[in-house]
Amino acid sequence: MYVVTFGILVLLMVTAIMVARMRNLWAAVMATGIFSFLGACWMMLLDAPDVSFTEAAVGAGISTVLMLGTLALVGKQEIACKVKLIPLLTVTFTGLALVYGTLDMPMYGDANAPIHVYPSPGYVEKSMREMHGLPNVVTSVLASYRGFDTLGETMVVFTAGIGALLILMCDPKSTQKIEAAPSSQSGLKMRDFLIIRVVAKMLIPFIIMFGLYVQFHGDYGPGGGFQAGVIIASAFILYGLVFGLDATQRVAPKSVIEKLLALGLMIYAGTGFLTLALGGQFLDYNLLEHHWMTEHHVPSGQHLGIFMVEMGVGITVTAVMITIYYAFAGRRPAV
Amino acid sequence: MRNHLPILLVVVPLIAAPACLLLGNRRLIYLFSLVVAWLTFANSLRLLATVLVSGKLRYNIGNWAPPYGIEFVADPLSAFVAMFVSGMAAAVLAYAPRLVEVEIPAEKQHYFYSLYLTCLTGLLGITLTGDLFNVFVFLEISSLSSYALISLGKDRRAVLASLQYLFIGSIGATFFLIGVGLLYQVTGTLNMLDIARRLQELEIVNGQGIVMLASTRTLRVALAFMTVGLGIKMAVFPVHKWLPNAYTFAPNVVTCLLAATSTKVAVYVLIRLIYGIFTLEFSFDLLPMRYELILLSFLGIFTASLAAIFQSDVKKILAYSSVAQLGYMVLGVNLISAMGLSGAIVHMFNHAVIKGALFMVVGCFALRLGSVQLEDWRGAGKRLPWTSFAWVLAGLGLIGVPLTAGFISKWTLLLALAQEETWFLAGALVVSSLLAVVYVWRVVEVLYFGQPSQKVLEAKEAPLSMLVPTYGLILVMMVFGFWTEYSLGIAQQAAATMLETATMLKEVAK
Amino acid sequence: MNTVQFFGLFNYWVVIFLMMVGFYMIIARHNFIKKVIGVNIFQIAVILMYITMGKIHGGTAPIVKSEIAQHFAHHESHEDDSHEHTSSDGSKAEEHPFVDTTVYSHPLPSVLMLTAIVVGVGTTAVALSLIVRIREDYGTIEEDEALAMDRAQS
Repeated sequence: MYVVTFGILVLLMVTAIMVARMRNLWAAVMATGIFSFLGACWMMLLDAPDVSFTEAAVGAGISTVLMLGTLALVGKQEIACKVKLIPLLTVTFTGLALVYGTLDMPMYGDANAPIHVYPSPGYVEKSMREMHGLPNVVTSVLASYRGFDTLGETMVVFTAGIGALLILMCDPKSTQKIEAAPSSQSGLKMRDFLIIRVVAKMLIPFIIMFGLYVQFHGDYGPGGGFQAGVIIASAFILYGLVFGLDATQRVAPKSVIEKLLALGLMIYAGTGFLTLALGGQFLDYNLLEHHWMTEHHVPSGQHLGIFMVEMGVGITVTAVMITIYYAFAGRRPAV
Repeated sequence: MRNHLPILLVVVPLIAAPACLLLGNRRLIYLFSLVVAWLTFANSLRLLATVLVSGKLRYNIGNWAPPYGIEFVADPLSAFVAMFVSGMAAAVLAYAPRLVEVEIPAEKQHYFYSLYLTCLTGLLGITLTGDLFNVFVFLEISSLSSYALISLGKDRRAVLASLQYLFIGSIGATFFLIGVGLLYQVTGTLNMLDIARRLQELEIVNGQGIVMLASTRTLRVALAFMTVGLGIKMAVFPVHKWLPNAYTFAPNVVTCLLAATSTKVAVYVLIRLIYGIFTLEFSFDLLPMRYELILLSFLGIFTASLAAIFQSDVKKILAYSSVAQLGYMVLGVNLISAMGLSGAIVHMFNHAVIKGALFMVVGCFALRLGSVQLEDWRGAGKRLPWTSFAWVLAGLGLIGVPLTAGFISKWTLLLALAQEETWFLAGALVVSSLLAVVYVWRVVEVLYFGQPSQKVLEAKEAPLSMLVPTYGLILVMMVFGFWTEYSLGIAQQAAATMLETATMLKEVAK
Repeated sequence: MNTVQFFGLFNYWVVIFLMMVGFYMIIARHNFIKKVIGVNIFQIAVILMYITMGKIHGGTAPIVKSEIAQHFAHHESHEDDSHEHTSSDGSKAEEHPFVDTTVYSHPLPSVLMLTAIVVGVGTTAVALSLIVRIREDYGTIEEDEALAMDRAQS
């Protein structure tokens, strides 16, 4: 196992240096994808499957797609620059400061490190007792104990989506460009290839189903709203890449996606307001228990609350990823 | 309902921001956001009143006690900052509609108001939370919305300025995150009060009989990284380069909001970090940064004031002036006395009001004259008398003339320096104020003593909807120039609370 | 320092190296896309730092085995009315004859880093949108060329 760990660490370092030195931007973006993916592998070894999953989907997946999309609009090779002295000194100094800081750190893997010892009982024990049988402790911490952080995170996603939309929304200036540039869409497009068309159509329902599985199964295994949102959005993006933006927008109109974007975040915050209205603290899910379905024991208040907020997260993330894709795809390449 | 005030302050704009997207009509969206902003301001006043009377208010979100859950803490300092942040946001929104019609394309306006409320949510979240990682999340909310809002400026340099701000802002946020991680590793918790308590427990006596902290090196690096990260967000010299361009090329409404609020919130977090988390006992022992930061603050004050004098774009003048004023705040924070700290806190409030008013004046001129270049403002004193006079009054506040709020903060800082008997620094403070006279007077001279430019001849007075909020802020500035019970008074109470945290925690630990 | 310490801290040093590569790319490279890649690498390295903190030797992912979870769920569903009594103290757990001896790695760094990844991708999306606009307005994605164009204009 140490060999594998060591190997991954070395590969990570090598890839990072490679990315920094590459001049061809396409290759650099692909290498960044490899870097993210190696990072995700290492996270698996570090007992963090949720994070690994998210990193692979979001970091290696969405980020790479966005960068490639940008390159398609922008496309240019980097001009080589020499190694600069002042940045290098700054970076070295910062790095040495951090290494100095590690000298007092607890050893890697030490079970007596402060974070494992305090607070006691730990989250795992607490979750077992209070979450009524929810196995995935990461989900219970994410959606319940530290649910407010996740609300903030959903708002970050919302902001990024609206921001990208605001920045890239077609204004009259760019529509003029569309008319001016000759219609260069005469070559073969992806939808002209039979194999791509058929395979895409076969894959898309499975992708969506997998996304839904990840969404609802997030309590029991690695998964949850974010990963699910990205996966479902990627099904739509795949459709868009193969069949074109217009076809996708017939299926998922811009205005509807925008409303969903807002709706998801409002569902999450709304759950909090609901618990306020029921007389408790904001996002106190225990209150949801005694007022809904009182004759059953399942779902417990915590389960119900986590289900609702993850729903909100999934809807917003799906909508944001699709929106960002629309924003990029709707822009014509600059001449 | 009163108990829920801390959380309501943040979640009402939080749920209102996406709601803006669901409403159709532009006017409706504007009115909706205006109502939300003023409602939030009213709530913040109630919160401040409650805290001043009953003391610190703690709110466990999800009913999970810290350190497992996240809590909101409203004490005099955070309630005070929340009050003026929401107040300025409400005032700027009241002032905004005419400018928004002109500067922002119609189809983008509902996104604009949504992002405005998002930025407000982020800023209030940073102020009221008691959890360090929560600070990071809300910091990113306010930063991302700022990047998008700044890029709306009409000049093509707006997008470039926004991107440069994005890169350096991301470095700052990531440095802050690294610092939080190191701190978490040593203490095992993310709750601010809990970290402070845990650090007390980590106190050991080393071989020479000196009291220090275990894991000193990690803590030192943690504090350093967090301070640098916050310094970038605060635009402390020398990492202030992003601010002039970002403020200048952003739409005027956005500049009004950001100039009044975003940097002050970063100063608040720094105060919380140094006095509330590490507490005086450790902060300045861990990192002997007191003199370095005082030096940097003076360098910032002087270089920025000098730079302001030579600009031809009025927004650039005011942007550099903001960097200088931030230097005063950082100076106050590092003076470790009740006087110095309360000077910094009250200056946060006073500067927010004064800079807000000044940028509002610039917005009025921009609307009527179509330009913010000093050259185009020549002779505007006669044709736009009220607007020009507003500049004079607000400018006096910036300089720190007695009977304005600006005087109160400068005087407090001066007294703090005199207390320490650092006469050289006190003298430097006075000289720097004189520099402010130069750049304020430059504009006054152009307004009243120049031949009217072409643009001025065709212009008329700014609309009432914009003048009223501007003069409202100026009135606030003058009122708090002599009635200081609720500005300096609260600041002193907040400073006292911060300074006594160290002793209080020692009692609790025993 | 001895070998134990070295290998104990080696992971962190690798992570620090990765952080610095990313940081260098942001401040030293002029191409905007390279800078964005640098931000990404920097943030991924910070995420790796946090996750490394949470690991315990011989531990496993913080997902409780389903038999154990079912046991607690089954037990709790009969105690619905006594919610208030069971949550704060640990005595209830000691009454169970069943004890879970698995060592779990810490869930909190995972939770925090899920948020950080999302924040990172949000920043990347906004940055890339800005770059597309800059390319349209300036015709270049190199920082020095864009700044030179601004200086020439003013």
